[in-house]
Amino acid sequence: MVKTPHVIKLDRQTGEIEVTANHWLRLAEASDDPVPAHSLLPLAEWLERKDELIGRDDVGIWFKPDDEPETLGADAANVAIIAVEFPAFTDGRGFSIGRLLRERYGFAGELRAVGDVFKDTLLYLRRCGFDAFEVRADKDVHEAAKGLHDFSDAYQTSAEQPLPLFRRRSA
Amino acid sequence: MYIYDDYDQALVDQRVAQFADQTNRFLAGELTGEEFRPLRLQNGLYIQRHAPMLRVAIPYGHLRADQVRKLAAIARTYDRSYAHFTTRQNIQYNWPKLEDVPAILAELATVQMHAIQTSGNCIRNTTTDQFAGVAFDEIVDPRPWCEIIRQWSTFHPEFAHLPRKFKIAVSGSVGDRAATLVHDIGLHAVRNAAGEVGFKVLVGGGLGRTPIIGSVIRDFLEPHHLLTYLDAILRVYNRYGRRDNKYKARIKILVKAMTPESFAAKVEAEWAFLKDGPATLTQAEIDRVSQFFTAPAYETLPGDDAGFVQLQAENKAFARFVERNVFKHKQPGYVAVTLSLKKTGVAPGDATADQLDAVADLADQYAYGELRVSHEQNLILADVKQSDVAALWESAKALGLATPNIGLLTDIIACPGGDFCDLANAKSIPIAEGVQKLFDNLDDLFDLGELDLNISGCMNSCGHHHVGNIGILGVDKNGSEWYQISLGGRQGYEASLGKVIGPSFAQDDVPGVIRQVIDVFVEQREGDERFIDVFDRVGIEPFKARVYQKERAHG
Repeated sequence: MVKTPHVIKLDRQTGEIEVTANHWLRLAEASDDPVPAHSLLPLAEWLERKDELIGRDDVGIWFKPDDEPETLGADAANVAIIAVEFPAFTDGRGFSIGRLLRERYGFAGELRAVGDVFKDTLLYLRRCGFDAFEVRADKDVHEAAKGLHDFSDAYQTSAEQPLPLFRRRSA
Repeated sequence: MYIYDDYDQALVDQRVAQFADQTNRFLAGELTGEEFRPLRLQNGLYIQRHAPMLRVAIPYGHLRADQVRKLAAIARTYDRSYAHFTTRQNIQYNWPKLEDVPAILAELATVQMHAIQTSGNCIRNTTTDQFAGVAFDEIVDPRPWCEIIRQWSTFHPEFAHLPRKFKIAVSGSVGDRAATLVHDIGLHAVRNAAGEVGFKVLVGGGLGRTPIIGSVIRDFLEPHHLLTYLDAILRVYNRYGRRDNKYKARIKILVKAMTPESFAAKVEAEWAFLKDGPATLTQAEIDRVSQFFTAPAYETLPGDDAGFVQLQAENKAFARFVERNVFKHKQPGYVAVTLSLKKTGVAPGDATADQLDAVADLADQYAYGELRVSHEQNLILADVKQSDVAALWESAKALGLATPNIGLLTDIIACPGGDFCDLANAKSIPIAEGVQKLFDNLDDLFDLGELDLNISGCMNSCGHHHVGNIGILGVDKNGSEWYQISLGGRQGYEASLGKVIGPSFAQDDVPGVIRQVIDVFVEQREGDERFIDVFDRVGIEPFKARVYQKERAHG
């Protein structure tokens, strides 16, 4: 039995942080009808059953690193939660997925990082639009949460800060 | 020179704290070795053959005298009183203790220096022409653009974990002195038909085990679009670069697999979303950064200094120094002077703490307190009055930094090789020394003319052997060290890759083989032809025939 990881939730408006138990399950396939509540379905499967699932706020999508946000497109705006998998923390494809969902496809729900997630990538993830972090079960979740504050500012534009530093510096 | 403001300083200080925390968690067992590895690499820390190695960034090769003194002090306190300048305008310490690294970083931060992204699968130090800002053939000063790229690439949230390392080089001149054709991205300043300055963009160049010359994907990029266009390139690479095989993970493999045309189209499609967005550079920002790179308060001089010219006529040794180590300056009466770190018997690129302190003093005395590092691993005082060159030369001689060999056979580019580096298959430093000893006679050396000899200890090609007129590559054969020799490589805008001459040689045979290659060159040479000209004219065969005339090589 794998220990269920805790989730750090970030309020993107206020910056407040909360550590909670995880309620969402990633299903490799959901042959059952109807899809159970708190399920995250692989992107391809969700797309197949889009008409049935769109608008359901208790079903979300599970992106693998080679899934393309383009195939979801503007429907992202009508999804409650998307989990993006990081098979290794050094696989940075999920960073681009996060930014594209947030900045190009209007996704406003919970964007959750899952997989090899711990303290040292949390701030990059936050800046790419993630606001929920399923920290690996063998890591101290409260220690990990501190990683969200490693840096006080950043040079680049990001999902979190649409203006690059150079547009704020001169202000 | 760029001066940090509170924002820049805070980021560097916070990085020191973050790295100290990572190191502590590793030492406490909270981070595994496997987890710590990518984290420490992103801060330039390798675990090497004998000890850790720390690579410190010298952004676009620029240093202030106080920074050089700090580098010297760190070498004395935490290392063995020397340091090594690399082929990417960085400096490396070979003997720091892991537990001392946070303290070293804290010291660096006090002089606005860091080791951020000097290794790992991220955007590395941006490099440029060592004569930036002073070169007679400059179209635009590349330094503000390098600093703008430095800030954009530092802790970029989306590109922190790329498929593989990523290197950008910028050239602002008619001549390319930054090896831009063998970088992941090469930017060349150009003028369009309307006379406006922009960048030609090349991608997918690189050395390593699959050397490739970069392909042009855009002939003219307006400067204020630089960052959004870079974002587009990096996003395509981050998403589609191979991650299943580290040897096929560089952008050059992706560009080759897609074809440069398709890659360019993919970048343009991505850029269409980003272009004119908030990351578009403002004139205010370009001006803000540019103001740090204005010319120093030059004296108005009528032209060449009479004493400088006369001493060259009277003193052959001085004339040689001027011919090889002095570079034409855009300001009348001034020159740029290269101090050679290629003295025979010293590992190419190495400098002692005492030499660093002395060079800092020379920079203060003669060059407005600044100096540069070249990718050929030498030090440059960029703004020296011609009337000061003789005195500077005397001081440099006393320091062992006046070898008049810039651009000649003994100005060898070499990686640290198997003496230090864990990746190396073979040693580099003794090979360099063997060749330097053979050609130590200055008359002979000068007669041979311009000739680049580059040595890498393994296929990672840190010594740029592919683009040496003569390239030497260390290879492993059943656990023993062998050397493969290639001819005809070159850098610059005409960059091309050398051709392997044949089976490899044992270490002891390498200097003799180089001697034979040079003999063929001298016999075939017409007038003052350079080695590369002769090679282009006669091809590889005469060299091959001589070198393999008797059985020396072993499969």
